[in-house]
Amino acid sequence: MLLEVKNLRTEFKLKRGTVRAVDDVSFTIDKGEILAIVGESGSGKSVTSLSLMGLIQKPGGVAGGEILFKSQDLSKLSQKELQEIRGNKISMIFQEPMTSLNPVWRIKDQIMENIMTHMKMSKKEALARTVEMLDTVGIPSPAERANDYPHQMSGGMRQRVMTAMALSCEPDLLIADEPTTALDVTIQAQILELLYQMREKFNMAVLLITHDLGVVYEAADRVIVMYCGKIVEEADVKTLFEQPQHPYTVGLLQSIPQIDNESDEHLFMIKGMVPNPLHMPPGCSFSDRCDRCMERCTKEMPELQEINGHKVRCFLYDKAEEGELSAK
Amino acid sequence: MLKYIFKRILMLIPVLIGVSIIVFLIMRVFSPDPAPIVLGQHATQEAVEVWRQANGLNDPIYLQYFNYITGALTGDLGTSYYTKMPVAKEIFARFPATIELALVAIMLASFFGILIGVISAVKKNSIFDNAGMFIALIGVSMPIFWLGILLIIFFSGTLHWLPSSGRIDPMLQPLDITGFYLIDSLMTNNIDAFKDAFRHLVLPASALAMYSMAIIARMTRSSMLETLQQDFIRTARAKGISEGRVIIRHALRNGLIPIVTVIGLQLGSLLGGAVLTETVFSWPGIGAYTVACILKSDFPVVQGVVLLIASIFVLVNLIVDVIYAFLDPRIKYSKKEV
Repeated sequence: MLLEVKNLRTEFKLKRGTVRAVDDVSFTIDKGEILAIVGESGSGKSVTSLSLMGLIQKPGGVAGGEILFKSQDLSKLSQKELQEIRGNKISMIFQEPMTSLNPVWRIKDQIMENIMTHMKMSKKEALARTVEMLDTVGIPSPAERANDYPHQMSGGMRQRVMTAMALSCEPDLLIADEPTTALDVTIQAQILELLYQMREKFNMAVLLITHDLGVVYEAADRVIVMYCGKIVEEADVKTLFEQPQHPYTVGLLQSIPQIDNESDEHLFMIKGMVPNPLHMPPGCSFSDRCDRCMERCTKEMPELQEINGHKVRCFLYDKAEEGELSAK
Repeated sequence: MLKYIFKRILMLIPVLIGVSIIVFLIMRVFSPDPAPIVLGQHATQEAVEVWRQANGLNDPIYLQYFNYITGALTGDLGTSYYTKMPVAKEIFARFPATIELALVAIMLASFFGILIGVISAVKKNSIFDNAGMFIALIGVSMPIFWLGILLIIFFSGTLHWLPSSGRIDPMLQPLDITGFYLIDSLMTNNIDAFKDAFRHLVLPASALAMYSMAIIARMTRSSMLETLQQDFIRTARAKGISEGRVIIRHALRNGLIPIVTVIGLQLGSLLGGAVLTETVFSWPGIGAYTVACILKSDFPVVQGVVLLIASIFVLVNLIVDVIYAFLDPRIKYSKKEV
């Protein structure tokens, strides 16, 4: 087990109240595995990833739980100890390649900074490694492009540079927070392919944060669906797409446009909006948008329960109410 | 880049012509006739006419301007009505004092302004932030002459630590090479003179720096607050580099661009002569001297000083624009953008 997150809670203390952006989230990632976290904006998926890195900025912070990385609890480490892990054992690539690189530094200096922070290398060796990494992620004539500034590169190129930087110290875990969202579809495919190759090459695990189910289907081994800071469903990618259980997951899958659908029907939409985090509905947080909402759902929050490796948080599958599904 | 600089210098010409016309007209329209001031109250009408004729003040105004500007183009700015010395000589006797004071003040202001601004931004809403912004508020609101007088009373009067007026003890005055006493005393290896010149600089430079420091601190704070929100700061943190490095090498390096603009503007106005500071501290600079010349209707001197200050203001702004290109590689001064 590479990473084991237990009952993670991340809160933001605002003047108007406390927002629990990540609420009792537990999951594991194995060596070499690609785990996807899916959810809408505000579901807590990005906050989860930043919590792992200790990068939540005030007024937010991890309020509870354990983050066991190689059996070391990251949530107990000081910023200084975390700095040794960040960019080294766990690294991260972000959604916006256009703004995630420092505009006034040459890209080689940005990558070399990462390398020289964590590896005992001379400037010359670090430069050689930088060029090698740029070559690995598929940047043509890497030695020349290393001297470019970010604004001289396209979005796809910059995301490759980000990837080269993140992989430069051969991390055990790469957190990719919406790595393809800001890119064209053709470039998206290239970046996903790149992540796939890099996973093979460096045998690292990937935590893929996305709202794009197409990306999940293509890339992930296992999927977690998050809603309002909670995990509502978790399964391997095949099971999730073939037998989604939670009404929210079902809704998400139905709202993917199908190119071979020739009927005149409108695209399916989940009714309503994500609730205001300061005013969550009592009971299940999805209850006010759910087609199959029962009376019980508006009063109690269902527990996440596991049935044959498929976890779901919904009373429809409650052991007491549906005997057959509870059979392990 | 060179082409851009050359073009900007060419653009100086219309600016200087405009400034010279305006100041020329203002002096002649709003200032009292210099003749009775120069010759004294009891001068005869005849003597006044002779003096006016001799100084070209009876010519039509366009001819006066034409004579003045053709002289200026050949480097002759005229002579002072009072000292009969060439204006250029009068100015350059006093200008180094002003430059020295302004440069020391802007260095103090930039150092402390950026320091306070960065700390305030990083520790936003903390006691440090509030204290820093309180100092900045005092800096922008406090009249400089009052601050100057308070400094003199406390550090010079009560504590007897620092001298209250002048540039240097006349006994220690170094050989005049550049006119900058700090440099001249070092060049002649005169450590006592250097120390004394430095001691004389501390109070006026601090008083002068206060306002600029406050402006720079506020600008730095807002620029840093904005930069610290940027995505690339999060990337830098995710690399595992120390927070200090994130703030200085990544955030400040990017936040510096608007700060440089403010520093440039402040330096331009400080070089224009810090009239109040120079008066309070009896600093023999260009500012106090120019005010005296305005009151005495010494036309050639005032015109010369204003031309010089306008040129310096434009040049400082040009230097700021050139620094931009070094700070931000996205800025390129190509033909199209000029």
